[in-house]
Amino acid sequence: MASYPVFLLRRFGQFLLVVFIGISATFFVTHLTPIDPVEESIGSIQQMGQSDPRAVELMRQSLRALYGLEGSIWQQYLHFWGRLATGDLGPSLSAFPTPVSTIILRSLPWTIGLMTVSTLITFILGNIVGALAGYYRKNMALKAVSLIFIAMQPIPYYIFAFVLIILFGYVWPILPINGGYEMNTNLNLSLALILDILKHSILPALSLILVGTGSWLIGMRALVSNIITEDYVVFAELGGVQKRRILRSYIARNAMVPQFTGLAMSLGAIFNGTVITEIVFGYPGIGNLLISAVHAGDYSLVLGLSALSIVGVAAAVFIIDVLSPLIDPRIKVE
Amino acid sequence: MFTIIRDLARQNVEFLSGLLLFAVIVGLIVVSYFSPYGPTDIYLLPPDMPPDSQYWLGTTSRGQDVFWQLATALRNTLYFGIGVAFLSRIISLVVGLVAGYAGGAVDRVLMAINDSVMVIPQFPLLILFYFVLKDSMTWSVLIVVMASLGWSYDARLIRSVAISLKTRPFTTQSVYSGMSMRKILVEEHLPYVLPIVFATTMNNMIWSIGMEITLSVLGFTDIETPTMGMMIYWANAHSALIAGTWWWVAAPVAVIVLLFLALFLLSMSMNEYNDPRSRLNRMGG
Repeated sequence: MASYPVFLLRRFGQFLLVVFIGISATFFVTHLTPIDPVEESIGSIQQMGQSDPRAVELMRQSLRALYGLEGSIWQQYLHFWGRLATGDLGPSLSAFPTPVSTIILRSLPWTIGLMTVSTLITFILGNIVGALAGYYRKNMALKAVSLIFIAMQPIPYYIFAFVLIILFGYVWPILPINGGYEMNTNLNLSLALILDILKHSILPALSLILVGTGSWLIGMRALVSNIITEDYVVFAELGGVQKRRILRSYIARNAMVPQFTGLAMSLGAIFNGTVITEIVFGYPGIGNLLISAVHAGDYSLVLGLSALSIVGVAAAVFIIDVLSPLIDPRIKVE
Repeated sequence: MFTIIRDLARQNVEFLSGLLLFAVIVGLIVVSYFSPYGPTDIYLLPPDMPPDSQYWLGTTSRGQDVFWQLATALRNTLYFGIGVAFLSRIISLVVGLVAGYAGGAVDRVLMAINDSVMVIPQFPLLILFYFVLKDSMTWSVLIVVMASLGWSYDARLIRSVAISLKTRPFTTQSVYSGMSMRKILVEEHLPYVLPIVFATTMNNMIWSIGMEITLSVLGFTDIETPTMGMMIYWANAHSALIAGTWWWVAAPVAVIVLLFLALFLLSMSMNEYNDPRSRLNRMGG
């Protein structure tokens, strides 16, 4: 473990590199847009009836200063990094002058709550079924369950969610299919509110779990069927160690390490999956926010959300990578 | 190559059924070239006709024949998938083989870029591209953007094989006989990784077509070209399910599931073919 600090430092450098490349890419992609955010907002203000040319010109000047669009693109770039470092993402254009960070913070808990819970359930379920199916190869019930999960996994998520909505929203309408909570409820913390939120999260979570479990299952089953041919497992079986115990302490434990790395990747992918889920189910998280920002042409909000997702993903992968040598001493830190 | 396919079809039920499903899809695509209607023509036929002997799968609220539109849309979607898979395979092959063979600093730089691409969230980035490009977001642009996002995972896979190829005696022999690096990679190492490339092509197509459908359904692509996602987009825009024109939604959903099943079965059986251990398992060895 002597070289652990070196590994940590190198890995941290890689984390910074990923963040740097990602955020620079988003900055240049958005700043080379043919849309002028200032003209867009002026346009929307004019549509509301404000048309005195002098007032509009004044507004244009103050907006330009506020949005940090002055100077060359390199100055804007440096300025952007400077502000980002202090956590300031500027004002939102569509909900002017509310800061982008305030708007994002309002939506973030919904996304994190829904996605982490469903990702963890998917991970646990897929690994348990996968380990069992890999060890008890002859069991018909396990075979059937695995087949169902595996067959669901390649269907495009949108199609899958759509079918669920038809089933539970129209054919057998027992679950709410839209939103994160009932409209017009009092958003004070109460038991009724918590139950309501849970009820609204069942369908989006279910869709994520059903689609996602298959890939964990396939991975775990393959790992387990490789490990059962290893000598130490054969010896344990010949030596009469209980089957349950072999599966739990000899096989599953060793198969878990690559799966944990995969967990990091999928926690990172939260920001990928969340957009579609939230659109389909009208869930009030950052995915929905991103789409409405795109439709409103809200430049700074789109930029802020992209920056956040890149930092979030890179950080998740970094943390799991750094922790895995501590969990499993067999991983070499070189 | 043909012996491999024949053997696979004979021994492997998954491969055979995947191949048959894929044949159905290819059949539909061939048929699409004989479509009596233009791909973007609308209001040609009586709208909202349920499936019958004249309109096999009914007509849409925009006056199009669902069957012919489906065939054209499937063709565009599949060509899109093949385009993305082809371009990104080239990138992943070059990066994977060079990184694995060269090692050292070249490997570290390439893998740092590779890992960055791997973790950057793709969906927000694709939406960002649409946001920026708006009307200039054509299908060829989208193919290039998707291809530049979809190579990193497979490049790592190819690299791991290339590293082991490098230590084999035949590589050393080629080096001593004075072959250039480019020649070694193309003539000696490439044949070894091609079976893997074939299996990842299927996975890449599953990924890119899934993304296309999702982006199109949300209206984030060029909405005039008919594709599978576009059909659902227009059906949604006319609230087909609530209006009772269910065949407009059911037809593309069914074909999409069929397409994915075919690609998935093919990729699964190819993977198995590539992994000798699971081949032994199947034969009961």
